[in-house]
Amino acid sequence: MKSYETVIGLEVHCELDTKSKIFCGCTTQFGGEPNTHVCPVCSGMPGTLPVLNKQVVNYALKAGLALNCDITRYCKFDRKNYFYPDLPKAYQISQLYLPICHNGYVEIETESGRKQIGIHEIHMEEDAGKLIHDEWEDCTIVDYNRCGVPLIEIVSEPDMRSAEEVIAYLEKLKLILQYLGVSDCKMQEGSLRADINLSVREVGSDILGTRTEMKNMNSFKAIARAIEGERKRQIELLEEGKTIIQETRRWDDNKDTSFGMRSKEDAQDYRYFPDPDLPPISISEAWIKQVKNEQPELRDEKMTRYMKEFEIPEYDAAIITGSKVMADIFELTADLCKKPKEVSNWLMVETMRLLKVHDMEAEEIHFSGNNLAKLIGLVDKGTINRTVAKKVFEVIFTEDIDPERYVEENGLKMEADDGQLRTVIENVLAENEKSVQDFKAGKTKAMGFLVGQTMKTMKGKADPGMVNRLLTEMLS
Amino acid sequence: MISDETIKYVAALAKLDLSEEEAVRAKIDLSQIIEYVNRMNELDTTGIEPMSHVFAYENVFREDVVTNRSERDVILSNAPESKDGGFKVPKTVE
Amino acid sequence: MDLTKLSALELGREIKNGQVSAVDAVKEQLAVIKDRDAKYQCFISVEAEKALAEAETVQKKIEQGEYKNSPIAGVPIAVKDNICVKDMYATCASKMLYNFKPGYHAAVIEKLKEAGAIIIGKTNMDEFAMGSTTETSYFGETKNPWDIERVPGGSSGGSAAAVAAEETPIALGSDTGGSIRQPSAFCGVTGIKPTYGTVSRFGLIAYASSLDQIGPIGRNVSDCAALLEVIAGHDIKDSTSVPDLDKNYMLALVDDVKGMRIGIPSGYIGEGLDPEIRGAVTKAGKVLAEKGAIVETFDLDMADYAVPAYYVIASAEASSNLSRYDGVKYGYRTKEFTNLAEVYKKTRNEGFGQEVKRRMMIGAFVLSSGYYDAYYIKALQVKALIKKAFDEAFKKYDFILGPTAPTTALKSGNNLENPLKMYLGDIYTVSVNLAGLPAISLPYGIDSKGLPIGLQLIGDAFKEKTIIRGAYALEQTRPAIRPAL
Repeated sequence: MKSYETVIGLEVHCELDTKSKIFCGCTTQFGGEPNTHVCPVCSGMPGTLPVLNKQVVNYALKAGLALNCDITRYCKFDRKNYFYPDLPKAYQISQLYLPICHNGYVEIETESGRKQIGIHEIHMEEDAGKLIHDEWEDCTIVDYNRCGVPLIEIVSEPDMRSAEEVIAYLEKLKLILQYLGVSDCKMQEGSLRADINLSVREVGSDILGTRTEMKNMNSFKAIARAIEGERKRQIELLEEGKTIIQETRRWDDNKDTSFGMRSKEDAQDYRYFPDPDLPPISISEAWIKQVKNEQPELRDEKMTRYMKEFEIPEYDAAIITGSKVMADIFELTADLCKKPKEVSNWLMVETMRLLKVHDMEAEEIHFSGNNLAKLIGLVDKGTINRTVAKKVFEVIFTEDIDPERYVEENGLKMEADDGQLRTVIENVLAENEKSVQDFKAGKTKAMGFLVGQTMKTMKGKADPGMVNRLLTEMLS
Repeated sequence: MISDETIKYVAALAKLDLSEEEAVRAKIDLSQIIEYVNRMNELDTTGIEPMSHVFAYENVFREDVVTNRSERDVILSNAPESKDGGFKVPKTVE
Repeated sequence: MDLTKLSALELGREIKNGQVSAVDAVKEQLAVIKDRDAKYQCFISVEAEKALAEAETVQKKIEQGEYKNSPIAGVPIAVKDNICVKDMYATCASKMLYNFKPGYHAAVIEKLKEAGAIIIGKTNMDEFAMGSTTETSYFGETKNPWDIERVPGGSSGGSAAAVAAEETPIALGSDTGGSIRQPSAFCGVTGIKPTYGTVSRFGLIAYASSLDQIGPIGRNVSDCAALLEVIAGHDIKDSTSVPDLDKNYMLALVDDVKGMRIGIPSGYIGEGLDPEIRGAVTKAGKVLAEKGAIVETFDLDMADYAVPAYYVIASAEASSNLSRYDGVKYGYRTKEFTNLAEVYKKTRNEGFGQEVKRRMMIGAFVLSSGYYDAYYIKALQVKALIKKAFDEAFKKYDFILGPTAPTTALKSGNNLENPLKMYLGDIYTVSVNLAGLPAISLPYGIDSKGLPIGLQLIGDAFKEKTIIRGAYALEQTRPAIRPAL
């Protein structure tokens, strides 16, 4: 079999985190009863007109500049005409001829090293509604809540060569956009969507093969699977001497395969033309400068700073800054308790563990740095021991409780009374003669058992270090 | 210049289910009109910027504020068919 | 006193003086409509109850001293059926919207209400404003009050005829390629198409977004100026709406054209023009010269290319604007269907009339890949050249004078058989829309068939006051005309 190279380009749609929609004053809030976040404008009622939300332009500029793009100083909106029930005006207001950003790039890092992925263009557009397939009746229900939510579409050059590179690219985009605060990039909620354009060619060739477009991958894992599957499918076809049809394929994660979408009987001729209802946008030097100045610290900068300022190892800094939510909690908590290494530990170990347990993404963390700082304080003061602290943290993680109150209410304070502890230890030693003998005979493991028994009697509310010391003293 | 194919194509784009007679009529009308419209080619327009907006307005914006509240009754009031708070259509196939 | 024979301003004064109550004005108007509209069919829907209730409210407020600065408080007004009035029908004279009632007012309607005007009904029009005769209406044809075997013009035929037939003192129309001016000319009334962006398009059911404007139709220039003042103004819901407008149009109602430079395009008054209409233009030119204006003919470049450019651009935009009519969200839906594709195709084929379908296809064609550059982009370039030609003309002239239409009112019956011939009737009006300029049509004499002749004054952008002044002066030089009703 010949050796094939996979050529991949991405079209990433990202919902912008503005308060209101791109062309009307409806809320962009996710969810809600059908058609309750809808007005005559975003539902395409006769006689209604669009008015552009300035923040959408700001966010698009922020994204473009952070992705090293040139800004198209004079840009327009165009109408993309097609019929589908989720598109109330039967045209989508988008940008074809003069997209707001062009000619950018993003640097990714994979096993094979660093690489630049080109960004062809970024444009603003409006999102469409949702189709809900009715279970009881053979029909579909249309909900326009999502219509008009602002999107930026980031179109890459076909520079990627593997699923690994694609994932790295997506992770990088996600991080940058989250750090900028322009989108929460939650794939599960649909605020980040990726369409994959994939073709294959023999290694050494510089002619692009026929590409297919794949849609409907709802997670990074699904994207990786889709890429593998499509690469295989195309190679198989070529090896059999067949041609690849340029088409859109829908990925089905349950079946782990893609299906050619029913080629619409009518041509997909979108008949783009400049939207006469919207005046062009002229972006001044001053505006660009202002956006540049307002750019917050991005991930790479932050990572370097953490390593320097807080003396955290690169690996840890990478994980903590791997999500803006986590980075924000880290900074807040460290600022409160002044113990960055402690904070880092709690995030790296317990938080990461609990994320896995609850099958959550870092973006979904909802406990506050305040409470973590308090917890660290309690351990520091010796009010509770680490074992108890871990248990309390689990509750902080899920319910964001105030640990000081929680410890009070549940009587979790360590009992550090020296005298009481000695009494308990005396009893333990008395009841465990054999272990005492074992220890004196050199079996150091017996110490652990005795500590354990003491802790048990104390119902865990003792400082293991202290118990250890006392036991050692009393056994000598 | 306007062939039967063209009529079929533009009718499909416009989502019109023309009858035989309508298609025949459309071919005659469109041919006549497009031929007439072709006279624009008599004008030399090299270097002329296509004017999509007649006056030089730019940067018309609104602030990012939520000003609307739910008005679902109004939105659905003219719906030919609705169900469960949404517009009802035949099942869509992906 | 027959209230329905008064002009809007006259009626407004009588109401303010307490001589007449708004309720009586509306009552009388509704009675005339009831009596006459079976003959002329100007209205698609008449809202008698709502109008009377509104009149009561407005009258009370007038008595309490409100609407002091509104000259048309208490005055009835008819509104073209492509302009949204909340909870009233807005059918666009189409089967596609036969039962549509918007839950929102057009911006102009809010302004009418602020001024205390009383909406009595929605007038007939060509379907979705596409046409020049009002014969494409799904609800039947409107008759020209001057001769019921003739058309009132279009697409605002219902509004113009209603004013001519004294079924309303004033009305709102819309103009994309001449749809206010041409029916005004055919019906012997006055109509203004404002500069693009002067009047908000929010709530005007779109035909061609870059060309559409709402404007006044009335029995004289003063009524039109007064109504224009009410409806003009910036609107944040329309991004193409112009800020900082000087809308004191009534200040221009001055009979003085001394020193004004007036140009008559020689191409306009050439061979193809009805000689009687040419005569009216020439006469008007002489009269204005006698009043102290400087009148001359000149070459207005690009005149031959306006109609093709217009039909390409208007059809293209319309094909996009009318795609939303698909049987899903509002309006007509086909009765029998087995899948979504059928809902779309059958609804649209059954819901739209011939002319609309024709333009949907032309629009799809000129925007389709392969033809976009040759047709749509080309038309936008021609548009730029047309604007340039007008800019040059307005360096020399204060306004341009010419005919509104190449003929007086056409006989009804077979106009739709030859669409191209019908399109050529727009020859004097479409270039004005392409350039976004203001224009007024006013009646100037009657031809040998007893039909009114309309003259058009075209002004530079935002120079409504200039053409209002010119029209007002011209208006004073001949008697008012009324059809025999």
